[in-house]
Amino acid sequence: MNFTPTKEQDMVRQMVREFAETEVKPIAAEIDEKAEYPYDTVAKAAKLGLLGMPFPEEYGGGATDYISYIIAVEELSRVCGSHGVIVQTHCALCCWPIMTYGTQEQKDKYLPDLVSGKKLGAFGLTEPNAGTDAAGIQTRAVDKGDHWLLNGSKIFISGGGIADVYVIMAMTDKSKGTRGISSFIVEKGMPGFTVPKHENKMGIRGSLAGELVFEDVKLPKENLLGDLGKGFKVAMTSLDVGRLGIGAQALGIAQGAFDETVTYMKSRKQFGKSLDKFQALAFEMAEMRNRIDMSRLMLYKACDLRTKGLPSTVAAAQAKLACSETAMYVTTKAVQFHGGYGYIKDYPIERMMRDAKITEIYEGTSEVMKMVISGDIFK
Amino acid sequence: MKIIVCAKQVPDTTEIRINPETGTLIRDGVPSILNPDDSNALEEALRIKDEYPDTHVTVISMGPPQAKEMLMECMAKGADECILISDRAVGGSDTWATSNAIAAAVRKVGAFDLIFAGRQAIDGDTAQVGPQIAEKLGLPQVTYVKEMELVDCEKAVMVKRALEDGYQEIKVELPCMLTAIKDLNKPRYMSVKGIFKACQPDAPIRTWSAADIEVDLGTVGLKASPTNVYKSFTPKPKDPGVFVEGETPSEQVENLLSELKKKHIV
Repeated sequence: MNFTPTKEQDMVRQMVREFAETEVKPIAAEIDEKAEYPYDTVAKAAKLGLLGMPFPEEYGGGATDYISYIIAVEELSRVCGSHGVIVQTHCALCCWPIMTYGTQEQKDKYLPDLVSGKKLGAFGLTEPNAGTDAAGIQTRAVDKGDHWLLNGSKIFISGGGIADVYVIMAMTDKSKGTRGISSFIVEKGMPGFTVPKHENKMGIRGSLAGELVFEDVKLPKENLLGDLGKGFKVAMTSLDVGRLGIGAQALGIAQGAFDETVTYMKSRKQFGKSLDKFQALAFEMAEMRNRIDMSRLMLYKACDLRTKGLPSTVAAAQAKLACSETAMYVTTKAVQFHGGYGYIKDYPIERMMRDAKITEIYEGTSEVMKMVISGDIFK
Repeated sequence: MKIIVCAKQVPDTTEIRINPETGTLIRDGVPSILNPDDSNALEEALRIKDEYPDTHVTVISMGPPQAKEMLMECMAKGADECILISDRAVGGSDTWATSNAIAAAVRKVGAFDLIFAGRQAIDGDTAQVGPQIAEKLGLPQVTYVKEMELVDCEKAVMVKRALEDGYQEIKVELPCMLTAIKDLNKPRYMSVKGIFKACQPDAPIRTWSAADIEVDLGTVGLKASPTNVYKSFTPKPKDPGVFVEGETPSEQVENLLSELKKKHIV
């Protein structure tokens, strides 16, 4: 067992922290307020190699371990949850399934541009009537001999309208339930594919979530990703990777709120002394740090399993559950400790609390995480 | 084109604390970084490399073995090769002795077109090592460089040298030494690929001893250093002073005069 970060992991943290503090922090409040996608900083992050870290060098990736990648998402999220999820969705839910299930032609066609960040990726599973219950998806792809005909819609899609390449789940045989789902690669600009609106969200407002509409979209036959009827597996295994990223996003938000609170407590004086001198508050900070450190250990352990190619589904669910609940716990306390200042937008704390909430919901709710974990206990 | 960059690892603080009893720097708990001006020096070399891809950038530093970490950062930003002069024989060197060692290492590296150094390091603040290296290598030098451009088919540089009230424009033939200030550029970040390359066990980061650089041992190290630190101390903070207040300017003047009269100054 080894709890010491590698030199690479330390340097990745140093690099991304510097980048996040210098480039991302100054715009974090503004992209939240205006719900604006941060094209400039995402392009800068791409230049540093942050959009293709755990992917092979032959496609232009960094060939890094998963802990290094997760540290990058964590450090971005420490100052801005939107940037964290932008990187994570692109990597885990678009690059990863294409790398894992794609044919050689699909990998050669899509990965170099995705991994370099020249193009951005997204993933579409959720529909108005199908979230956690994936078998209920109504988007259909019909085999028309020389092409697939795609009809239906997706909602709450991170990067919808922004991304260039989409991994989309569609029913190819309704009678087979989840075994009738197949996954497809859909590209921005294909006739019949539109993004009519973006959601007005509570948090992570710089990462736009859109509705995707497919009306008689003709997909080339070669755009089927993975085997016919194996789309559910593509989605679930991608979400296993995604949960590491969401765990990292949650952990980063928690760490960011914690660090802001430490600074605030040292400077804010009440009753003639600074807040850190009040033991009741200091003890709560000790509790927060413990929860953050415990969550981090669980997350890095799950990443280590993934890097080694060992089963990591349950560990990823445990890590995501722990990190997202820690994020909610810490940010709520952080707002409380900031008092009135925590509730206004002059400070980043209220944004962090709003950003934290989604981590308990997307890429599998906390309840789904408990289904996975308890299923493993009583298997 | 072959470029050499001189860099130093320094404690990450602009407010260095000094142990009042020993008069030495307190380094505990202070992380070490690439000296800020040196990071501008490296950036300028890397910008030239961006423009002329066959450029080779070598970073030279002198310091204890842990200075290798700073050189790994230089490599992660894009340097091709790094050399650390590390040897007990050169320990305790002042600026004169340090520049002897670095000049020797530069000679050992061989032919080059440009040497960049930072204006000064944030720990010693002497701004002497760069110019001294240039003198010892017989090179023309321009200090306080805020802008530069290669001209005459890369045989010379046009340089803007910052002065307190403006700048000088100077044309210098290569090879030469330029010392960088922070206005010169915005240093880049490390890249993911750069980091993983710098961490490879066979990364070209070499440690050279005094013997390797073939330097006269009588010109390096503490004993050969003509500078002796007599005393280091933290100056006492100045008295905050008194603000003379008043609703209107004339009231303020009146109040000031009465204060001065009280002290029999006027």
